[in-house]
Amino acid sequence: MKKSVFLGALTVAGLAASGAAAATLDDIKARGTLNCGVTTGLVGFAAPDANGVWEGFDVAVCRAVAAAVLGDATAVEFVPTTGKTRFTALASGEVDMLARNTTWTLTRDVDLKNEFVGINYYDGQGFMIPKSLGVTSAKELNGATVCIQTGTTTELNLADFFRANDMEYEPVPIETNAEAQQQYLAGACDVYTTDSSGLAATRATFETPSDHVILPEIVSKEPLGPLVRHGDQEWGDIVRWTLNALIAAEELGITSANIEELAKGTDRPEVNRILGSEGTMGEMLGLDSEWAKRAIMAGGNYGELFAKHIGEETPVGLARGLNAQWKDGGLMYAPPFR
Amino acid sequence: MTTDTDPPKESFRLSMLIYDTRYRSTTIQVVALMAFMLAAAWLINNTMQNLAALGKPVEFGFFSEPSSYDINQHILEYDSRDSHLRASFIGLLNTLIVAVLGCATATIVGVLVGVLRLSKNWLVAKIMAVYVEMFRNVPVLLWIVLAMAILIESLPRPSAFRGDNPDATLKLFDSVAFTNRGFYIPEPLFSRSLGDIHLFGQSSLRMDVSLDLLAFVLVLGLSIFAARKVTARADAIQNATGERPTTWYINLGIIVLPTLGLLIAMGFHVGNPELTGFNFQGGIHMRNSLIALWLSLSLYTAAFVAEIVRAGILAVSHGQTEAAAALGLRPNRVMNLVVLPQALRVIVPPLISQYLNLTKNSSLAIAVGYMDITGTLGGITMNQTGRELECVLLLMLVYLTISLVISSIMNWYNNRVKLVER
Amino acid sequence: MSDTHAETVSYVRETMLPEQEPPVTETGVIGWMRENLFSGWLNTILTLLSIGFVYYVLSGLLPWVFQSVWNAESLDECRQIMKATWGETHGHACWAVIKDRWLQLLYGFYPPYPFAPDATVDAPPPEAMLPAYFRPNLTFVLLFIALAPVLFDRAPRKLLIVTAIYPFLMPWLMWGGSLWFPLGIAAGFVILYLVISMGQVRLGSLLAVIAGVIAALLWWSVIMGYVTAGLDQVVPISLPSVESRQFGGFMLALLLGVVAIGLSLPIGVLLALGRQSDLFIVKSLCVGFIELIRGVPLITLLFVASVLLNYFMPPGTNFDIIMRVMIMVTVFASAYIAEVVRGGLAALPKGQYEGADSLGLDYWQAQRLIIMPQALKISIPGIVSTFIGVFKDTTLVSIIGLLDPIGLSQGIRANQEWNGIYWELFAFIALLFFIFCFSMSRYSMWLERKLQTGHN
Repeated sequence: MKKSVFLGALTVAGLAASGAAAATLDDIKARGTLNCGVTTGLVGFAAPDANGVWEGFDVAVCRAVAAAVLGDATAVEFVPTTGKTRFTALASGEVDMLARNTTWTLTRDVDLKNEFVGINYYDGQGFMIPKSLGVTSAKELNGATVCIQTGTTTELNLADFFRANDMEYEPVPIETNAEAQQQYLAGACDVYTTDSSGLAATRATFETPSDHVILPEIVSKEPLGPLVRHGDQEWGDIVRWTLNALIAAEELGITSANIEELAKGTDRPEVNRILGSEGTMGEMLGLDSEWAKRAIMAGGNYGELFAKHIGEETPVGLARGLNAQWKDGGLMYAPPFR
Repeated sequence: MTTDTDPPKESFRLSMLIYDTRYRSTTIQVVALMAFMLAAAWLINNTMQNLAALGKPVEFGFFSEPSSYDINQHILEYDSRDSHLRASFIGLLNTLIVAVLGCATATIVGVLVGVLRLSKNWLVAKIMAVYVEMFRNVPVLLWIVLAMAILIESLPRPSAFRGDNPDATLKLFDSVAFTNRGFYIPEPLFSRSLGDIHLFGQSSLRMDVSLDLLAFVLVLGLSIFAARKVTARADAIQNATGERPTTWYINLGIIVLPTLGLLIAMGFHVGNPELTGFNFQGGIHMRNSLIALWLSLSLYTAAFVAEIVRAGILAVSHGQTEAAAALGLRPNRVMNLVVLPQALRVIVPPLISQYLNLTKNSSLAIAVGYMDITGTLGGITMNQTGRELECVLLLMLVYLTISLVISSIMNWYNNRVKLVER
Repeated sequence: MSDTHAETVSYVRETMLPEQEPPVTETGVIGWMRENLFSGWLNTILTLLSIGFVYYVLSGLLPWVFQSVWNAESLDECRQIMKATWGETHGHACWAVIKDRWLQLLYGFYPPYPFAPDATVDAPPPEAMLPAYFRPNLTFVLLFIALAPVLFDRAPRKLLIVTAIYPFLMPWLMWGGSLWFPLGIAAGFVILYLVISMGQVRLGSLLAVIAGVIAALLWWSVIMGYVTAGLDQVVPISLPSVESRQFGGFMLALLLGVVAIGLSLPIGVLLALGRQSDLFIVKSLCVGFIELIRGVPLITLLFVASVLLNYFMPPGTNFDIIMRVMIMVTVFASAYIAEVVRGGLAALPKGQYEGADSLGLDYWQAQRLIIMPQALKISIPGIVSTFIGVFKDTTLVSIIGLLDPIGLSQGIRANQEWNGIYWELFAFIALLFFIFCFSMSRYSMWLERKLQTGHN
């Protein structure tokens, strides 16, 4: 009885078989699409538009990888995952990679058998509070009611922060950012805490953003990045170096505007190596020589993606800050393409 | 009672396992059992292989690790240094709280609505019909989310109570505050408290039981027992002499005086909520996640209960009502003494499954951030430790146990009220 | 006698008086109101309270619903229009979000023109011959045609052919792919039937059933793959395929409900029979399964679907989350259907069983010819209400990240244009659910009444 259900389901699914430990790259090529886990919706990072096309900063990473591997930035199936389901979706092979503002922690890396391939956004947990309350520091929050988004590291950081400072608080756990925003605006909590990128994005959509301040304290380190399963190093390498290519492209001045011209060959060897007119880096990864060119062309280099989805010109309005290139005082530092 | 006088003495053949009805049922059973065990073994084997491939052995050691998260509503002491097991236990208590509150409210509202739906007043009957249809035909998850949204949007925030000329004030002689963070109601305090007893030492199940509460319950119980005796004696006198002695003032005295004395002896007074800092302090804080969940679950279930009650009342034959009316009973006494007791027999079995449904639906608490067992064990604990198999299986076991306990209690009750037939 | 009477009294009326109109207070609107609304002081108070309550609710709700904005691109624009028109942003709905996203709420990300995945409703591909969303719409309409002979006595019996075909047609229309595939699955059932009916004489019913099941399983798991692949080479008939993760919105809720109930019916019947049977082990297995499933909330089963089911399968198999949710919802529904069918079995008079025995029918013949047709018929109202329950419960899948209407509403609110919108989406979703569930419950009540009169 179980068997027939199972068989029926399997057959209808068109036998979407893919070994969790098998070579992911071959599976993706055979399938023709990349399965990429994203959030169910976070302003600026991943959200579907009216036609069901996903957009955002995390989404752009998936598209770049798809462009590098399959040559088509639209050959991505986006799988919305919640904080609960994301790691299992990855472990079970339902998605090939997660680009879902996930904090890189030891437990997640080691115990949950994931492999973080890099960091696409350096974040930290902050607090947002209405200006009218007159609070200027997180140390003054004793007794406050705090809205937290659950299923993240946020609630742990919060517990640690208040405990370390010997303060009381009333946590209000909330599943989604949209819900949290509503409760915060209605005054059901005094403070909203989440990653400060999320805070800025949320504040930007308020009717009067200037009525709310983001407190200066950042209580945690939240390096967010894409991740893949343990056990398939080759695939991990591809995602890692696609991300690095995007970051390096900004550093080297490769933009979607000038990439065609640069690809014809320049006198800068590293640019040539990235764009495939010199060396065999693509072959080393198991791809062709133009992989990085396609990845960059999919949406632009790291700086362009940042500006387009979450930069200061967008409603989200994030400054580069820690996410500037190392040359500009930030932490974005791609290892050399050599 | 077989008519065969002389059963054929044939030797046992293998085919008899299938063709002989004496053996066939055994064969089928053995085959079924083997198939089941094979399937189970297959599933377990797969799971073990998969877990081994992931390097995640099944073990429950993580339960004694510190949970590292806070739970806002904890009726027993708890902080983020306590273990995951303790956190799950607190979550379980929260589940039970909302389930008990919800079942009680759903029954009261449901019976009321069910009776009012049969009211002769057209408008009232129609409004009740609209209520029932509205709640039955929209998913409970939507109601929970909507109830939460309504509480948050329509009630004043605590800061509205501040200042010389506040927008909102405390209700009921400055003792109750309705805010969009929940309701703050007065709490009972004892200036000469008897203290607590600590049970279960330092284990995850440790709990403090207030001796004040115990004493109160004990005295009240004894008083009610005594009052029952007085009533029984009055019944006996009435049966013997036909005259019933007036007992209500004795009963009242027996129930009220000792409890009142006890409360005075323990120095009972009421602690009102007060606005200090960001929030109200003091008093009992009923968070709006609890209220939203309680309200929506009980209103949703009450719509089903109302239908059950209505069907139960309609199932009582009309002759019963007419006979009662012919005896000269007033309509409300007809309802209370004749119709409802009979309807109860029809009502109780489906009511049991509604209680079970409500308890199971309370797992939707995560939609409003109420930290029940699904929110702790199946939520943050599962999330932070990544032990899905252990957490989900344990979660199912907990719910299964709760369901079995509820249904056995209610079945016992059902057997008591059931009509004893000849 | 009459004249003595006439003589003793001074006046006798000799003609009948014409019928008088009843007093105004007893008829018409006033009489009705007196009887139904103001028949006593308690009733009068109740009525006045109710009127006040209704007024209070409607006075808040109606302006919100009707003084609303329908044409806007974003919530900001909505608010500007509200400010310009009414001078305030509160108390007015912004239905523009529904206008913008209603197709998404209904169909999720299902492509309107599956052969051209990038085409949208506003920009249909030039070669499109059928209207947008033709496939899901057709599936939906066919659902009613397939259900008609089951649900209504008066529907033509020939429609039962559609009912028989539908379970194989539906997945093909929704998911697409090769036509040979559903045909292959259907052929398995034909094989099952043929083996059983032919083997009945030679092997006896039990062995025939076992042989049939083995033959069918062999066909499905081994032979069918080659045959369909071969046929595909020769006569390729296929629809553009649609990934199940593109399913969403109401379509997903309905699909989950229909698939779960459809698959759980046979399972539920078997479980109910097992629970009624005299075989101790079979009975305990069935009781254990039913009580286990009914004892846990659906959300834990959905957790199983989302995080555990892949662990239970052989390493290497993997099917997507919608499939896994369908499996678990089916498991959930079959336990409830089993109880409904058990109720139907219990409601049959004992004479029916004894009658079947006295005719010399064996167990399966009795079930097939006498018991089940009657028991299932009595169970239809229960099955419909189970369906309503499962349909409502499909909203829970939003908790594990599927894009049902509630899940989609979160996605819509995460979009920059509509960030901050709330009531309108939920009102729309609630209304759609209400329409569906209300009409189904009306049907089930109608059927119950009809079955009741049929009984006596």
